[in-house]
Amino acid sequence: MSARSFVTSPAAALAARRGRGDERPPGEPRRIGYLYLLPALLVFGAFVLAPLVHAFWLSLFDWDGITAGHWVGLHNYQDVLSDQALRTAFGHALILLIFYAGLPVAIGLMLAGVIARVQVRGLPLFRVVLFLPQVVAMVVVAVMWRMIYDPGNGPINTALRGVGLDGLAKSWLGDFGVALPAVGLIGTWVMYGLAMVLLTAGVQKIPPSLYDAARVDGAGAVREFLAVTLPALRGEIAVALTLTTIAALRNFDLVYITTKGGPGDATSVPAFQVYQRAFETGKVGSAAAIGIVLAALIFTITVAINRVAERGTGARR
Amino acid sequence: MKLSRMFAPLVVAGATALAVGCGGTPGGSSDNAKTQTTASAKPDVAKAGNVTLTVWDQEVRGGQAAQIKRLNGEFMAKYPNVKIKRVAKSFEDVNTTLKLAVSGPKAPDVVQANQGLGVMGQLVKAKLIRPVDDYAKIYGWADRYPSLLLDLNKFEPTGTTFGAGSLYGLSQMGEIVGVFYNKKKVTAVPKTLAEFEQQVADAKAQGDVPVQFGNLDKWPGIHEYETLLGQTADKQAVRDFVFQKSGASFDTPAFTEAATKLQGWAKSGNFTPDFNGVGYDPAWKRFSGGKGRFLIAGTWLVADLSKRMGDNVGFFLMPGADAGADPVALGGESLPFTITSKAKNPDVAAAYIDFLTDANAQKALSETDNLPAMKSDAPSATTGLLGEVATAWTTLGKADGLIPYLDYTTTTFYDDISAAIQKLLAGKTSPEDFSKSVQGSVSSAKASS
Repeated sequence: MSARSFVTSPAAALAARRGRGDERPPGEPRRIGYLYLLPALLVFGAFVLAPLVHAFWLSLFDWDGITAGHWVGLHNYQDVLSDQALRTAFGHALILLIFYAGLPVAIGLMLAGVIARVQVRGLPLFRVVLFLPQVVAMVVVAVMWRMIYDPGNGPINTALRGVGLDGLAKSWLGDFGVALPAVGLIGTWVMYGLAMVLLTAGVQKIPPSLYDAARVDGAGAVREFLAVTLPALRGEIAVALTLTTIAALRNFDLVYITTKGGPGDATSVPAFQVYQRAFETGKVGSAAAIGIVLAALIFTITVAINRVAERGTGARR
Repeated sequence: MKLSRMFAPLVVAGATALAVGCGGTPGGSSDNAKTQTTASAKPDVAKAGNVTLTVWDQEVRGGQAAQIKRLNGEFMAKYPNVKIKRVAKSFEDVNTTLKLAVSGPKAPDVVQANQGLGVMGQLVKAKLIRPVDDYAKIYGWADRYPSLLLDLNKFEPTGTTFGAGSLYGLSQMGEIVGVFYNKKKVTAVPKTLAEFEQQVADAKAQGDVPVQFGNLDKWPGIHEYETLLGQTADKQAVRDFVFQKSGASFDTPAFTEAATKLQGWAKSGNFTPDFNGVGYDPAWKRFSGGKGRFLIAGTWLVADLSKRMGDNVGFFLMPGADAGADPVALGGESLPFTITSKAKNPDVAAAYIDFLTDANAQKALSETDNLPAMKSDAPSATTGLLGEVATAWTTLGKADGLIPYLDYTTTTFYDDISAAIQKLLAGKTSPEDFSKSVQGSVSSAKASS
């Protein structure tokens, strides 16, 4: 028995009970609320849930897309785990996470840290320029980078040779070891703008008094970043990581246009395998199974990211 | 309690979705197996009444679009009671949307279905397109084409074996993969493979790119490999492998020899530097811009190359070991026009296909800068690059020297072989392992289907 329980008054107990929601809140009955939700639920059900369930249903069949399929149960899922080509593809997707989510958020944080410390003139202009890659259609980005990476007369190799670094000039998209990071860097280029805009916007919401306090306490630039900027941006980081992770894992267009999964299968990713199986090799069931697994993976990772972010904020309060 | 109430609508929505989503066995309800009538006499189109013929084709580029528009117009002028409703789509769009369109309630009458197991095989298996053996007999189509070109449009009714069985359609244009050369730099056309390799070595010694090649798109490597395969392997062995005749295998010394040669070429710098990272289009554009001696590519580039290079570009078939021997080259034909099972008037559809491939069509095709697939005693064109290509086509036809694209072999073989060739070219696998792993992928693809 702690001392506190002695001072608990009936009124406080009542307030606590009300807080637990035992009493009906005032206003219309709750159920009417669902009526307002109905239109959205219908649309959500018809265009998100039904296709999802249908995809799951298809994943239980061996089906070529036209003739009658036959039931194989979870066999397609077993294949996802045991098929060497698919395991490689999922491995590549995880590596791409570093380039699509890790690097852009790191770069975004760096820029945000800088902006928090120094007054940048013409900030809106920079923001627009740095955000541009996000606006350009992915197909255009991919075609453009194919030209940039061209081993013969692409600007990267031309520049490297121009300064005498011939040894570093590579067949960027054609080399077995380099192709995946090369594709990944395109992703970094596309996604960092988004991360930066989210994070710099977050930085501007941090009260200047916190920075003043930190400076009075004698914090340097690094300390200030770690103690003030980083914790305050937790929510924004979670959003940026979620968006970039989703983009990384369902990445298809970039790979399809730049390398078609090549050289060999060095840049093959799950979404590319889905396309190939569904539209080219007539394995619709298997494609659906990969799609479901991919969706589950994306869901799990994003939930984990948000859990971590939320737990962090809880501890701080 | 409260939680379950909150989720109640979600559960309802989920259950509804479940009901909507799980619609029984996919593809199970299709009823395409309607009995076919067999035609026995040449139908009279003029007496068929008013007919609207819906045609899906992918003849959308330059000369191809010109010929189909011209022939459609001529057909409608000849039979005023027939109206052709043309649906033009790109090659890739046709491939990916055809299955749905043909199985739907408003199926077109005539469609261009890509050869091989992927598209045509599935349509045959589902009985969505109709065999045309009866019309072939009536119109004498078998005499119109070299044997391989007919075989490519044939399927067993199961849809799993092709190259034999019933004929399902006819193609208009032929294509060959051969060697384009820069006439300013190459003065004498090589007569043997050894001579060709000598000229390649000379070009390299002079600091020029011997063979322009870009393999970033994965498929061009198949053409380089098969161009050599035609010289190292017996043409029948290649055909038997592609059509998966019993006993045919990829893992043979002749197939490995072509791989050894190709890898040797890559190692000794016969190709564009870093070719695995160069796109197909940049490669041929560089060739057309005067860089490089040779370009191993298909006749689909004829129009573009002659426009850019004028009289400075020539074409020959890759020579074999012996001078003057019958040539063997990779080649094929455009997508065949086929009749759907749901076609309302198959007689008119057949007459239309006949019209697209008869002597008049052959003339229209060559006048619009296309290479007609039909047999002919004389080349369809005599001047310019197209003339050289047409001459090569006639020679090949007489020698029966065409070998089919390897990627027809299984539904996944395109991915298997193109990835394997990239590895071979990068020196990641030995030629022996290449042959072994490619044959292994064929066996496993056949086991899983």
